[in-house]
Amino acid sequence: MTIKAGWEMVVGLEIHVRLNTQSKLFSGMRASYGAEPNTQVSFLDAALPGTLPVVNQKAVEYAIRFGLSIDAVIAPLTVFSRKNYFYPDLPKGYQISQMDYPIVGPGRIEIEVDGGSKVIDITRAHLEEDAGKSIHDKYDRYSAIDLNRAGTPLIEVVSEPQMSSAKEAVAYMRAIYTRVTHLGICDGNLQEGSFRCDANVSVRRVGDQNLGTRAEIKNLNSFRFIEKAINFEAKRQIKLVESGGLVVQETRLYDAEKNETRSMRSKENANDYRYFPDPDLLPIVVTAEMIAAQKARLPEFPEAKKHRYIQSLGLKEAEAHTIAHDLALSQYFESAQEQTKAKADLNAKFLLGEMTALLNAEGVDISQSRIDAHAYAGVLEALAESHISRKIAKQVIETMWHSGQSAAEVIESQGLAQISDVSALIALVDQVLANNPDQVASYRDGNDKMFNFFVGQIMKQTKGQANPVQTKTLLEEKLK
Amino acid sequence: MIQLSIREMAQLLRDKQLSIPELCSIYFDRARAFNQQTNALLKINCDIDPAELLQAEEALLDESKLLAGIPLVHKDLFCTQGMVTTCGSRMLENFVPPYDATVVSNLKDQGMITVAKANMDEFAMGSSNEHSAFGSVQNPWDLTRVPGGSSGGSAAAVAARMVPVATATDTGGSIRQPTALCGVTGIKPSYGRVSRYGMVAFASSLDQGGVMARTADDCGIVLSAMCGHDHKDSTSHPDAAWQWNLPTLKNLKGIKVGVVIDWIDGLNDEGVKQSTIKAIDTLRQQGAEIIDVALPHAHLAVSAYYVIAPAECSSNLSRFDGVRYGHRSIDTADLETLYVNSRSEGFGEEVKRRIMVGTWALSSGYYDAYYLKAQKIRRLIAEDFNKVFEQVDVLAAPVSPEVAFKQEEKADGVSMYQADVFTIPASLAGLPCLSMPIQSVHGLPVGLQLIGRYFDERSILNVAHQFQQVTEWHKAMPEAYK
Repeated sequence: MTIKAGWEMVVGLEIHVRLNTQSKLFSGMRASYGAEPNTQVSFLDAALPGTLPVVNQKAVEYAIRFGLSIDAVIAPLTVFSRKNYFYPDLPKGYQISQMDYPIVGPGRIEIEVDGGSKVIDITRAHLEEDAGKSIHDKYDRYSAIDLNRAGTPLIEVVSEPQMSSAKEAVAYMRAIYTRVTHLGICDGNLQEGSFRCDANVSVRRVGDQNLGTRAEIKNLNSFRFIEKAINFEAKRQIKLVESGGLVVQETRLYDAEKNETRSMRSKENANDYRYFPDPDLLPIVVTAEMIAAQKARLPEFPEAKKHRYIQSLGLKEAEAHTIAHDLALSQYFESAQEQTKAKADLNAKFLLGEMTALLNAEGVDISQSRIDAHAYAGVLEALAESHISRKIAKQVIETMWHSGQSAAEVIESQGLAQISDVSALIALVDQVLANNPDQVASYRDGNDKMFNFFVGQIMKQTKGQANPVQTKTLLEEKLK
Repeated sequence: MIQLSIREMAQLLRDKQLSIPELCSIYFDRARAFNQQTNALLKINCDIDPAELLQAEEALLDESKLLAGIPLVHKDLFCTQGMVTTCGSRMLENFVPPYDATVVSNLKDQGMITVAKANMDEFAMGSSNEHSAFGSVQNPWDLTRVPGGSSGGSAAAVAARMVPVATATDTGGSIRQPTALCGVTGIKPSYGRVSRYGMVAFASSLDQGGVMARTADDCGIVLSAMCGHDHKDSTSHPDAAWQWNLPTLKNLKGIKVGVVIDWIDGLNDEGVKQSTIKAIDTLRQQGAEIIDVALPHAHLAVSAYYVIAPAECSSNLSRFDGVRYGHRSIDTADLETLYVNSRSEGFGEEVKRRIMVGTWALSSGYYDAYYLKAQKIRRLIAEDFNKVFEQVDVLAAPVSPEVAFKQEEKADGVSMYQADVFTIPASLAGLPCLSMPIQSVHGLPVGLQLIGRYFDERSILNVAHQFQQVTEWHKAMPEAYK
C-alpha cells in the first residue's frame, strides 16, 4: 500500500525482546514459558513484604551483547528505576525498569527496503521486568491472574521516529529480530510474545518539518499485523485531518480480525508513573572487562555470513542471502556441510529446493525438521558420490522423513542405488538396441531425437537407477 | 537475674547453674505480666518453640555462641516464618510469612529464643508508638507517657526487662529515640551492615535493622550475630560481617569526640541540656579529647528526610493492594473500589499521610523540586560528616530534644517530625549511631547519641562501653518492674 499523495508517515518502534535467561530478572525463579499458571512464582515475584530484588547478571550480559550488536554506546553506569502504577498483574505496584540511565545508549542498524538500504538510529535499549498476565475471559464473575510471567526479563529497544513506511517498520523489526536471535539472547517465538512491539505512528503533509501528533499502537506480535496496523492507522489519521479533525495522543489497540485500530486510553487518563531510582538496587558499574567479554561472544551476522558464503563457498547471491538471513537454516546448512564432501553449491540448491519443498509440504520450518543435519548430510554424500540422482534423492528424503532411516538405509532397503556397473549397463544397452531395430535404423538415418528414446527405455527398465552420464556415454559409443 | 548481662547469663547456662527453659520462663512470665500495662508486645508465644530450644541446646555446646538460650523479641516488621507479622497495621493483621527475615534466621542460628513480636508504629512510621493499629505502647517509666517510636514496643520491653534483648529498626531515629526515652541502650548500624531481607520496607535507602539491650556490650554481641553479607539483599555490604570484642583499654585516652555546639546550645529543655553536658564531661574525664565541630547542612535534614522517606514509602507500600494477601475490603464493586477501600481501611492515618506526601513529591512536575533537591541535601550532609570525621573519631550529640512526652500531646504529625532533628542527619548519611542512657531528668530517662564513621561501629560501642563502666544509668529500672 502506498500512502495518499501529498502525505507522509513517521513511525518509531518500541520493541520488547524477552531474554531467554534461565531465571527471572530479579528472582531465581525459572522463567520458562507455558508452565501451569502460578507455578513459577517466588516470594519476590508475588511481592511478599520484605522480599528484595537481586539482578540477574546473565540478563545484564545479554543487554550488553545486544548493545554491541547495534554499535551502541554501553553505559558505564546504569540505574534501575521504579515505574509506579496499580494493576493486579503487577504485584509490587511498580515495575522495575530503567529511566535516566539505560544500559544501552544510542546505536544504529541498517535495513534493506526495495533493494535500497537505510540506517535507522536507535535511541536506547533498557532492561525491565515483564508483568504477569490478566485473564478476563476464563471465569464468569472473576478475572484470573497468572504470575508466571511476572519478573521475566525484557529489553525494550526504542528507535528514533525515522521510518517512513510500514514496510520500513517491518524491515527494521526484522533486522532487530535477526540480531537478537543470532545473538542467542531471545528465542524469537512471536506467538508466545517473546518479541513484540509498540508502534508510534504520526502523519504530516510532505514538506512539513514538524511531526504530527502520534498515536501508539500497543502489543503487535506479528510482522504481517504490524504492517497492516501501521497502514490502517496512517490512513485513519490522514482521513481525520483532511476532514478537519485533530489526531489525539492516545494508546490504540490493533484488531487483526477487523483490521482496524481502536482507542484504549487517551493521554489525559494516562498514569503519572512517578519514576525514581530503585533504592533496593545499587547502580551497576559496567566495566571494560564486562564489555570485552561480551564482544568476544558476538556471532557472525547475516551480512558477513552472506559475504563468506559467496566468497569462500561459491554460493550464488540469492541462495547465500536466503540461507544467511535465517539462523536455523544457516546452522543446518553449515552443520551438514561440515559432514559431507558434497559441494556447498549442491548443498544450498538441494536445501532450498527439494528439502524446503518437503518442509513446506509438512508445514514445519527447518528447526522442526525430522531429518537432522547429520542425516541430511548423508543424502548430500550419496548425491556427491553419484549413488543416486537428485530425482531419487527427493524420494529418499520423503522416505527418511517418515521412517526415520538414514539415507544409506533407504537407498539400500529400496534398492535405489544408481547402476554404475559398466558391464551391467553394457548388457542393458545391447539389449535395448537389439529389441528396437527400427528405432536404431531411424537414428542412424539422422533422426537424433531417437537418442532420448533409448535413454528413456533404459531408465524405464532400471526404474531410473541407471547412472545417466554413463548410460549416455555407452549409448553414444554403441550407436557410432 | 534480670540485671545480668549476656556474658553472665551465658556463663550460668554453661556452668549448668541454670537451664535454658528456667532462664526463658522468667522472661516469659515477665512478658505476660507486664504487657497488660505497657502493651509493648503483640503476640507472645505460649512457650519456648521446641525447634528453637533444640537449636539453643546445640548452640550451647559451642563456646563462641554467647547467645545460646538467650530470649528476645523481634520488632513486628521482621518476618517470622509461621508467626503472624503485622507491622503494626490492620493491613497485615493476619499475615503469616512463609519465611524468616535474615536477621531472624541469623539469631536463631545462634540459639536465641523468640518470646514475642514487639509492638510498633504502623509500618515504622511515627515517633511515639501511638500509631499502632493494635493500641499505643506505654512507657514503663511513666505509663501516661509515650515510649517513643517507631520501635517503642522493643524499647519498652527491654526497659521493663520483659526480655534482655529486642531487635528493632531505624529509618530516621526509630531505634535511638525510643531507646533514649525508655532508658536502654540501642544501636543502629551502618547502612549495609545488617541484611534488610525479610524486613518489611518503609524507606529502603534508610531502613536498617539493629538491636536494643541493657548495655553497649550486650548490643555489640547481638549485632555481631545479626550482621553479615546477604546475597538476598543487593544493598548488603560485601564486607558486612563483623565481630565485637571487649576493648582491652580501660579509658578513652587518645579518642577524639566531636560535639556540635549549636545542637547543645539549642536545646530548650534545660534538664536534657545539663544532662548532655554532664555526660560529655564524663567522657572528657575518661581521657577523651572533646572537639567542637559543625555540620553546616544538618538543619536541612528533617526537610530532606520527610521528602525521601515518604517518596520511597509511597512506592514500597503499593504492594498492599488487597489482591494477593493482606486486608481486602468486603465493600468492593470493581477494581478501583477494591484498591481504594482495601487501602483506606487497611492503613492508618499517619501511613496515609506519608503515602500522599511521597506520591506528591514523586509526581511529574514536582520531582526535581522535591525528590532531586532532597537527594542533593542528603549528599551535602554526608559530606559534612566526612569532613567532621577527618578531625574526630566519634560524634556525641543529643538524641531527642526532650524526655518522653505525654500520650496524645502531639496530635499533629508535623510537630512530631521536629523531634527527629538530631537523629535524621546520621540516617541520611548511613552512619552507625547508638543511644545510651545518661543522667535522667525528673525520673525520666535521657539518652546520649554517639555517631561513628561509616562501618566503624567499634568506636561508638567502645565509647559507650567505657562510659557504662563508670556510670550506673544503664542499670536504672522503673520502680514498678524491679
